[in-house]
Formats: sequence, structure tokens, C-alpha cells
Amino acid sequence: MNIDAIKNGIVIDHIKAGKGMEIYNFLNLGELDCTVALIKNVSSKKTGKKDIIKIDASIDLNFEVLGYIAPEVTVNVIKNGETVQKVRPEPPKFLKNVIKCKNPRCITSVEQGIDQCFKLTDSGVYRCIYCESKAKN
Amino acid sequence: MKHLLSITDFTVEEISEVIAVAEDISKNIYSYSEKCKNKILATLFFEPSTRTRLSFESAMLSLGGKVLGFSDANSSSSSKGESVSDTIKVVSCYSDIIAMRHPKEGAPLVASMKSSVPIINAGDGGHNHPTQTLTDLLTIKTEKGRLDNLTVGFCGDLKFGRTVHSLIQALARQKGIKLVLISPDELKIPDYVKTDVMDKYGMEYIETTSLEKAMPELDVLYMTRVQQERFFNEDDYLRLRDSYILTVDKLSSAKKDMCILHPLPRVNEIAVDVDDDPRACYFKQVQNGRYVRMALIMKLLGVK
Ligand SMILES: [Zn+2]
Repeated sequence: MNIDAIKNGIVIDHIKAGKGMEIYNFLNLGELDCTVALIKNVSSKKTGKKDIIKIDASIDLNFEVLGYIAPEVTVNVIKNGETVQKVRPEPPKFLKNVIKCKNPRCITSVEQGIDQCFKLTDSGVYRCIYCESKAKN
Repeated sequence: MKHLLSITDFTVEEISEVIAVAEDISKNIYSYSEKCKNKILATLFFEPSTRTRLSFESAMLSLGGKVLGFSDANSSSSSKGESVSDTIKVVSCYSDIIAMRHPKEGAPLVASMKSSVPIINAGDGGHNHPTQTLTDLLTIKTEKGRLDNLTVGFCGDLKFGRTVHSLIQALARQKGIKLVLISPDELKIPDYVKTDVMDKYGMEYIETTSLEKAMPELDVLYMTRVQQERFFNEDDYLRLRDSYILTVDKLSSAKKDMCILHPLPRVNEIAVDVDDDPRACYFKQVQNGRYVRMALIMKLLGVK
């Protein structure tokens, strides 16, 4: 199968096979007007199989979100058909209003008008700053 | 402005400072009777806990201050749906410091973000209860003369016991602490406490299911309640319950100067005849709770 190479845009490469749709949804790519291709189960030398997302426009990607859900990906910025930048998103130290706390005993489950905040802990997991429960997608 | 939401909000030095003032208060409480004259403590108990509320109010009254507040959510505007944020914005206009208890975890953090006066967490659900931990630390300090180089046993429900996790967090930053974690397999200490606290600070620890075996080496024994609702079936509960009850018999192999702590209220995990043993310190803890809350209020109000 062939997907046209893009001239100006973004390619999110090395997505763990099966995770492409989750990233697509998290980044709200369904709302874009431009061509977006989600390619699943591409054969890869490194991991056997991977997913790829191609976006045919130069948009501002939310690297915070991407670093949280998929720090393993590579983001290629394409200009005039050439890769001008390769970025590995870093897991952010702090997440504000990206995910919600799922703990029913957490104050965020009842209090109106407060931000949903998570902190990256020493052991590499995200915890709600209010109740310290682990983040769940 | 400083708040106390979790015991980790205080450095080792700040904890020592509060403990030292509390020890001095215990020796001559009346010399502190005007320290907080003209100051007002608000006790906001969105969930009832008479014991804790009285301890805070007694502390403030002993400092010559005044108290106001509510003792359960039904008598406050939160029963009409007012948020924690709004309640705090209002009450911080009426008081110089706030002690709050709330059934939802993290409510005191929300309060601290909106408050113009210091917030003390007096318990937020199963999450934190730092003044209990300060009380535990003061009791250990007065009974053992130190907070370092101690073998501390925790017995019972180590999985859900917030007072256990919090005291371990506080002890982790002291030197030479060895933990003996005594519990049934069902109620062992959670992995995140091991990785994020015990391993992080390189604490020495052992896990065991036998209180008897652990007893002889302990300097401090911290007892907790083993609650029936933590078990899947009654048989398991009944089988295990008795192994984690402290009796005079089991105490026979303990050090003569061991000190026994319990966050209270107790149900049956410490036999009543243990109360007469000089090693039983859990009722002294109640008195210490008042002293340490006095010292804490002074610290947060910047009173010397
Ligand atoms: Zn939470």
C-alpha cells in the first residue's frame, strides 16, 4: 500500500502498533480540515510493526500530550518534501487539564472550577496532585 | 505563608523545631497561655471527628486564642452545595488560621490555593493526616529521647493505614531507622510506598507475618486496626485477627523500654490489660496531640 509523501506537514513515526488511534484521539486530529492519514501495522525493522500518522499541514502539535501518552515516538517536521526537524517528545513534568483523575474519593470529582493536574513522580508514574492517585487513561 | 497538608511539607529541621517547642510546652504549658492572644482558629469539619476537632480547639484555647467553626457538613453552607474554594475564601476573612477535615482527598490542597491564611490538614479521607504523624513523632521523641537509630515495628493493616504511610515518610528522613513490617499477606505495605519512600531513602526493612517473632528487637511498636471489611471472607478475617492483637502474653518478649503507639480509637487490637503496662503510650499520645498542635499553630502563625 502506498500513501503519498507529504510536502509540508508532520509525520509521527515509531508509534507502538495499535496505539495510533489513541494518539489520534488525544491530539484531536479528527477536528483538522487537512488530510490526515493513520497507517496501522506498518512493518518496521526495529519493532516488527508500528503505526504512523501523517498530517498534511504544518500545525502546532501538543507535545505535552504526546510526551505523556507516547514518549517513544519520533516527530518529523516536513518542509518542501524534506525532513527539517526530528523531535522526540519528553514526558512532561506536569500535566494540566490533559487527563482527569478517576479516583471517586478525589476532591476533583466534586469541586467545580479547579484544574486537573498531574505530577511526574520519581518512579516515572503520573499522580494527581490532589489525591496522589495514579493516572489512568 | 506556610501550610501543613502532608507531613512532607515540612523539612526534617522544621519537624524538629515543632517537636522541640511541643516538648517545652509539655513542661510549662502556662507560659504559652498568651502566645496567640487575639488570634482566631477556624475549625472546618466537613466530616465529623470530635476527637480531632477538640484537640485543635483545646490547643488554640491553651494558647489564649479563640476558635470558631462547624463540626459537620450539615451545619455548614457546603450542604447547600458551596464549594471548598468559596467556603475558604469566606472563612479566611474571619480567621487567622484554619484547620480543616474533609472526606474528599486533596480538599486541603484546594483550600490552600484559595486561602489568605495558613491551612492545616486535619484529615482528608484516606489520604493524609499530618498532625497525627506529628503526634506520633512527639511521642517517640519524648519516650525514646530521639527520632533516629530506632527499630520501629508497624503491625496490622499496612495497606490502607494512612497514618502508617505518613509516619514512614517522616521516619525515612531520619538516620538509622529500621522498619519491621508485620501484617497478613492481604494487608502488606503497598509497592509504591516501598519504591517512592523506603527504597528512595535507602531504609532498611523486613516484612513478616509474625508479631511474636518481631517483638524482641523493637524499640517502638505501632499498632493499627485490622478491619473486617478489608477481607473477602469472614473466615480469613477471624483466622488472622487474633494474630495481630497485642496481649500481655505477647509483650513478655518485648524490650523493657519499648513504646507502644496506636492512632486511636482502638477496637480490640490491643487487649485492655495492656493499658496498665508502662510501655503503653497511646493515651499519652492524646496529651501530646494537644502540645504538638499548639506548637504547630504557633509555627504557622509565626509566633515565637
Ligand atoms: Zn485525584
